[in-house]
Amino acid sequence: MPSGGRIWSDFVVYSRGYLRNRFGLFFGLVFPVILILIFGAIFSPSTGKVTVYVQNFDTTPEGAGVQFLNALNKTGTLAINMVPTSDTLSSYLASRSTPDGIIIPAGFTAAYVSEQRVNVTVYGNPASSSSTIVLGTVEGVANLFNLERFNGTVIVGIAQTTVNTEQTKYVDFLIPGLIGFSILVSPMFSLVNVSSEYKKSKLFKQLSLTPLTKMEWLAAKVMWYIVLTALSFALMVAVGILAFGAHITLSVWIVPLLLLGPTLFAALGMLVGTVTKEPETAGVVGNIVTFPMMFLSGTFFPISIMPMYLQSIAHVLPLFYVIEGLNNVMVYGNISGAIFDMGVVVVITIVIFLAAVRLFKWRED
Amino acid sequence: MAPIEVTALKKYYGPVKAVDGISFSVKEGEVFGLLGPNGAGKTTTIEVLEGLRRKDSGTIKVLGMDPWDEGYALHRRIGVIPQEFTFFEKVSPREAIIYYGELFGTRPDPDEILKMVLLEDSASIMFDSLSGGQKQKTGLALALVNSPDLLFLDEPTTGLDPSARRAIWEVIRGLKAKGKTIILTTHYLDEAQQLSDRVAIVNFGKIVAMGTSDEIIREHGSGERLEIFGDEAIAGYIRTNAGLEAEFDDGVVRVAIKLQKDVLTALQAAEASGHEWTGIRTQRDSLDDVFIKLVSGAIDESGEMTSKGSRSDTEQQEG
Repeated sequence: MPSGGRIWSDFVVYSRGYLRNRFGLFFGLVFPVILILIFGAIFSPSTGKVTVYVQNFDTTPEGAGVQFLNALNKTGTLAINMVPTSDTLSSYLASRSTPDGIIIPAGFTAAYVSEQRVNVTVYGNPASSSSTIVLGTVEGVANLFNLERFNGTVIVGIAQTTVNTEQTKYVDFLIPGLIGFSILVSPMFSLVNVSSEYKKSKLFKQLSLTPLTKMEWLAAKVMWYIVLTALSFALMVAVGILAFGAHITLSVWIVPLLLLGPTLFAALGMLVGTVTKEPETAGVVGNIVTFPMMFLSGTFFPISIMPMYLQSIAHVLPLFYVIEGLNNVMVYGNISGAIFDMGVVVVITIVIFLAAVRLFKWRED
Repeated sequence: MAPIEVTALKKYYGPVKAVDGISFSVKEGEVFGLLGPNGAGKTTTIEVLEGLRRKDSGTIKVLGMDPWDEGYALHRRIGVIPQEFTFFEKVSPREAIIYYGELFGTRPDPDEILKMVLLEDSASIMFDSLSGGQKQKTGLALALVNSPDLLFLDEPTTGLDPSARRAIWEVIRGLKAKGKTIILTTHYLDEAQQLSDRVAIVNFGKIVAMGTSDEIIREHGSGERLEIFGDEAIAGYIRTNAGLEAEFDDGVVRVAIKLQKDVLTALQAAEASGHEWTGIRTQRDSLDDVFIKLVSGAIDESGEMTSKGSRSDTEQQEG
């Protein structure tokens, strides 16, 4: 006979305590937003220009050399910095610890006009992704120049698009991932900590002397983490849209995931805190369970970029289904896929919740 | 029926006999103290009575109920302050009382309870900023939320400074005055003596003495004795002429007193001896003496612990 009144009282005391604790508030609400800002900024397309140092030895005014550089500039992928021809480019680059440079050779215009082969020299570091971009860009522009010299036209072009009707940016994938991250981290770490600390400080014993039952206690915690998740969801979506112009589909299908996720990880946290003896052990076990899930479930990167064996690991992690569900709803609009994910999450949640309540003891024998 | 009845209670942790056949009962309105050193089995006993631990064997009735099987019902009728009481960090005493009141469905007046435990001035301070004494008082306040008639106080003043301890004693006396039945554990002798109507001294899971302080001293102490400040010859004179046991040590003649008139007999003999004597006093073992004797004696041997006044107070202080 669980009592709603007792659950509410416990909810009020716990949430008030949580809000009074700056650390909890930081990790629950501020930290996920900071993550969005950092990852959004790192992968923001406007900062994608690669700085490249260029020497132009072609002396013809308005010649092919200058036009080549203009064409490179127009691609929008390179930020071109001119270097005086009196310098040696390789040592110039080395002194700036940067790998990328381009040299337009002397007599470039003359060679181009007379259809003599001429090489543009590209400095780069094969291991650096910026060098790949520079090389690709220079190649593209060189091809265009070759084509133009023989009055050719482009036959095979590229039209860029993604699976969504609107153009999808990295931040669009990032937001469901980071929502999944906060669904995992706050309830999980808090419950591992709370359930092992309360056991050690005998607070559970203390509570067992009141009419509050352990079911009611856990229900109050789950309720709070659902509220916290809803708050951080709203914050993250708002930041994603306002700061990065993310395209997110908001639909009622998100709600079941925002209810199930915190329930699942609150119960999992309590299970870890319950089966371990000391708070220190609980912390370690909690990290062992949490960290692989944090990185392998598609939180920061889509799992499709990972090797197959890591992808199969991802498929046994509960967080994967939460994030895939969120992606299905928010990015792809694939509701039947999301329903499958929710089904998986429901089953895992029930199993873990029952195990946690069963193994969790107020009092000892 | 007495609020607490315990018969032959046993609780072993593997090879450790934490509680090894304890029997006692606590009367209504009484303050009963379980006194003993750390590890004597006090807390295990009280936790079994509270329904927090399962007994191995024996019979226990607390308010007529089995604490383990009927714990949920029992807990609504008792108040408990566990050893090393702690609470949620970011909750004030007033909020804690309201919270507990809601859990119990009793909704008491927080101010009334705060006043009862002398905590009105700190009612709004977060628990983690309270002093040790204030935390303990918060625990007491929570134990009172369901207005129980039976209270369990497990080491209510351990680790507190003397003034905080006295404040807690004040609260406990107030509760006793309200007619509440209280069982408390302590390893402070003065606490047991100050607060309890009856004391059970516990050692190695067994009760080694039980009763009021006077009863315990009478039963286990060395009895009353007259001390005469004079020379050794007086002791010899008393022994031969008055027929009383007398010893001499360091300027003091000690005469064991069995009957009140023995005092007079001994003094007459001292006067008749013709030797100088400068003063007298009567002495008896304190509960302190008895406690130390019982608890440390039990380590060596359990037999003749009530030796007949051979041990003087001075010797004991030196040792």
